[in-house]
Amino acid sequence: MSIDKDTAAKVAKLARIRVEAGELPALAAEFNAVLGFIEQLSEVDVEGVEPMVSVTPMRLKRRVDAVTDGGQQAAVLANAPDAREGFFAVPKVVE
Amino acid sequence: MADLNKLTIAAARDALRKGDVTSAELTEACLTEIEGAGALGAFVHHTPEAARAQAEAADKRIKAGDAPDMCGIPLGIKDLFCTKGVPSQAASNILKGFKPEYESTVTSQLFDAGAVMLGKLNMDEFAMGSSNETSAYGNAVNPWRRAGDAAALTPGGSSGGSASAVAADLCLAATGTDTGGSIRQPAAFTGITGIKPTYGRVSRWGIIAFASSLDQAGPMTKDVRDAAIMLEAMCGHDPKDSTSAELAVPNFEAMLTGDIRGKKIGIPREYRMDGMPEEIETLWAEGTEMLKAAGAEIVDISLPHTKYALPTYYVIAPAEASSNLARYDGVRYGHRASLAAGDGITEMYEKTRAEGFGHEVQRRVMVGTYVLSAGFYDAYYNRARKVRTLIKRDFEEVFAQGIDAILTPATPSAAFGLGEMSEADPIAMYLNDVFTVTVNLAGLPGIALPTGTNAQGLPLGLQLIGRPWEEGDLLNTAYALEQAAGFVAKPQKWW
Repeated sequence: MSIDKDTAAKVAKLARIRVEAGELPALAAEFNAVLGFIEQLSEVDVEGVEPMVSVTPMRLKRRVDAVTDGGQQAAVLANAPDAREGFFAVPKVVE
Repeated sequence: MADLNKLTIAAARDALRKGDVTSAELTEACLTEIEGAGALGAFVHHTPEAARAQAEAADKRIKAGDAPDMCGIPLGIKDLFCTKGVPSQAASNILKGFKPEYESTVTSQLFDAGAVMLGKLNMDEFAMGSSNETSAYGNAVNPWRRAGDAAALTPGGSSGGSASAVAADLCLAATGTDTGGSIRQPAAFTGITGIKPTYGRVSRWGIIAFASSLDQAGPMTKDVRDAAIMLEAMCGHDPKDSTSAELAVPNFEAMLTGDIRGKKIGIPREYRMDGMPEEIETLWAEGTEMLKAAGAEIVDISLPHTKYALPTYYVIAPAEASSNLARYDGVRYGHRASLAAGDGITEMYEKTRAEGFGHEVQRRVMVGTYVLSAGFYDAYYNRARKVRTLIKRDFEEVFAQGIDAILTPATPSAAFGLGEMSEADPIAMYLNDVFTVTVNLAGLPGIALPTGTNAQGLPLGLQLIGRPWEEGDLLNTAYALEQAAGFVAKPQKWW
């Protein structure tokens, strides 16, 4: 499986990372190096093997469905690049 | 007392309790060293005022007779830990200016025990790297140099700043994190001790996430006793981390008897790699002899899926990273790109992430995105999770045979030069973790400690891998090895 620059562009788009058109061939080459390395896994016999979900056998814990925290609007917004009137501000989303 | 910054945690603790020294004095000695060590690039955010205040409070507690082991001990904290009101940016430009409104569980526990934070330590960006060269802050530098050669060497990565700071005695100990070897490889490169505990032993809450099923924090210290003391303070159940184990934390230090008679130590044949340097072979053989001389039984074992560990890791870790790093969108914290007229929210995401993430992080996020994308999820991600099951099963089988610990080299070489690997393809850098990454995939505890030097005078380390949750027994085996090896070399000060 070899990645061409169109696939590289698609992956960059999915990852929401801007990659200039001129850089796509180099990116595709890097992907191919990494994927070539990963390709070794295809020689392992995994018939009937369960994919690992949790590395240490444990049940996810449950707690009462109740409010445990809140009322920290100022702290939540303190690091926002653009916060206005108690909200995160972003460019126009809906036309 | 002279050279207070060179003390171990244990020696400082005992001196503090006797009243021979104060935390204020220890802290001042470290702050002075840090000021003169800019060339190491280890500390990237300095917090001297907060450190002095913590030291003063610790001295009061010690005087009042209320002094846990870590009380008054000056530490460096890896930049991956969120520390309230102090920059915590995972060595990334995308988190530039981020000052958390909360404290990570690990640092809270250390501060509750009275520990002092001197500042934040350099690392690879988002802990992705093996040389500390992907940091937005620039390189951290190894205090060790090859004999008669002034070339700057890597302290390893990703916890490179932590390793450099502890090896150069800028602090008594430091926190690290380990996703594929990021505590153990830098410890080996700098002649210090580092332990990655069993997955779930230490809370991950408030530690900036890289690959959540692999990440664990641990101490980086000057010796095994200090690792036992500091690990105990970092461990424990935390309701805020759903993978944190509800298990009692033993007194690890009390388990350091040095008696390993009758212990079965496994030597895995698959870790004898083609082209492994002779100095590593020799180190490993010497370590094996030392454990045998201490009364352990040496057993040849097989971990047949070892060669698939790195490719498995380079599917699972990027996949988890692509998901974890999706949160850096320029909305809630950190960097936002300046936008052109007419740019919408998609342009904001794409420009912000292109500007904020460094090259290696972008590559891993995109590889992770690819292996999780429709049509490839089964071929790559699910297959890697199945091979991970087999890698863990290899370990379970040898432990079921009665093996207590496994001895391996920590790294395939001594520290290499900064920039030396820049022309190599990424895979060559990934091979640094060949001996350590299996341990993260299987969730096991692993410790690296220095046992010798190479012909150029650089430290070399061995790794011991333990049974799950048996860090105490593992530390004791490491302690016996440490005593037999008698490693005392220190870097010559040039900085």
